Amino acid sequence: MSIATTAPPASITARAEAIRVEDLHKSFGPHEVLKGVSISAKEGDVVTLIGGSGSGKSTLLRCVNFLETPSSGRILIGGEEVRCRGDGTPADRRQIERIRQSLGMVFQQFNLWTHKTVLENLIEVPVHVLKKPKDEAIATARKLLDRVGLSAKENAYPAFLSGGQQQRAAIARALCMEPRAMLFDEPTSALDPELVGEVLAVIRSLADEGRTMLLVTHEMKFAREVSDHIVYLYNGLIEEEGPPDQLFGAPQSARLKQFLKSVS
Amino acid sequence: MESTFGLLALSPPGWGGTLLIALWASIRIAVGAFGIGLVIGLAGAYGKIYGGPVLRDCLSVYTTMVRALPELILILLLYFGLTDLLNRALMALDFGRIQISGVVAGIIVLGVVQGAYATEILRGAILAVPSGQIEAAKAMGMPARKVASRITLPTMLGLALPGLSNLWLIATKDTALMAIVGFNELTLATRQAASTTKAFFTFFIAAGLIYLVITLLSTWGFARLERWARRGDPPRQTGGR
Repeated sequence: MSIATTAPPASITARAEAIRVEDLHKSFGPHEVLKGVSISAKEGDVVTLIGGSGSGKSTLLRCVNFLETPSSGRILIGGEEVRCRGDGTPADRRQIERIRQSLGMVFQQFNLWTHKTVLENLIEVPVHVLKKPKDEAIATARKLLDRVGLSAKENAYPAFLSGGQQQRAAIARALCMEPRAMLFDEPTSALDPELVGEVLAVIRSLADEGRTMLLVTHEMKFAREVSDHIVYLYNGLIEEEGPPDQLFGAPQSARLKQFLKSVS
Repeated sequence: MESTFGLLALSPPGWGGTLLIALWASIRIAVGAFGIGLVIGLAGAYGKIYGGPVLRDCLSVYTTMVRALPELILILLLYFGLTDLLNRALMALDFGRIQISGVVAGIIVLGVVQGAYATEILRGAILAVPSGQIEAAKAMGMPARKVASRITLPTMLGLALPGLSNLWLIATKDTALMAIVGFNELTLATRQAASTTKAFFTFFIAAGLIYLVITLLSTWGFARLERWARRGDPPRQTGGR
């Protein structure tokens, strides 16, 4: 797998804020999943959300690009606030579409389009939504496929790939949008253990080149290695947060200690 | 034997030409009705899934009524009832009466019938599209219309085609019901030829064979279409051909 790294200096003073979430609440019916969560990721930050099942970490991630509609709270992407109606639904469809185009989402279940080849998956949105010239989109897609080690598979349909290959293709598809930030929703949870490594290697290379990322994962060792900031969610609230060495090395709260013990 | 071929000859006194002209009328009605049915069905399916309560109720009344009544009654009702209503409206507005052509009436009437069934077939297929497929498209900022045309519809096509192929075959045979309103399609032409020549057996067998050929060609075409629509399906583990 060829992985190019063109990393900008790791710490630049006064980096702009890429993602900001303020006092986010989200209920599904009577069940409140998020009870007032605020997070922030500056340009180049890797922020990782950890927590047990039902802690709200995936819901939080999905609220950032409005796959879930927040019940209340503010979300700012690149300093631009998403305008919402009183009930929390986005007021401006075009704004949401534009913001989603700037956030590359990677799902647990890959979600490649099954009726399109790998290459068609990658160029779909650049060509048919962003109206880029097709040959230009194909050239970009091929470069990204090479980067994730899938050049030989560009004409394969997703069902004929392994889970690891599908997820790497899905990451390449998200990168085709040249996103401002990447959102990873448990990207390795659906994979066979022996396929996890190849996907983590790709994600690590993205972190190394200074991409802004919001990551939900159960891979604690990986989270510790790539993250700038870890957020531990418990029952819809931030229980504890901080730099990885502090959070994993010297957890303060009893719940986080318990959680780390249970996953290690 | 010779007389059989003589009866079926394309030019008079043979009836072959008459039958072919009637066949062409049948096919036009079937294609038109199926097409209108697809348009109604697609709109109906999206309306039932995403529409408001009033729209959903209206669509339920439509699909329930049409599917509850025998098609023969619907054809009589829509053909005579609608033309009558239309003409009364035109008279009231001081326009003259109009005579709706058989083909147009047949397409509209059978299209309304087909639409009700297509609504349910397409609704089922759309709901069977894995939500992740649509979510991925939304997450990349695809507008809703694009999600429908580029992702949902191509994905559901493979699921809908077996039902749609049934519907098309029903459309080809329902054209025969248009005989009841005196429209000169294949079945009526066959009956005329048979009763004129008294060669009932010859003509009804001939008509039967024509319907069979239509069915065989359609089945072949739909199978190809379905194979194409399912090109991304995973290889079958067991069974299948």
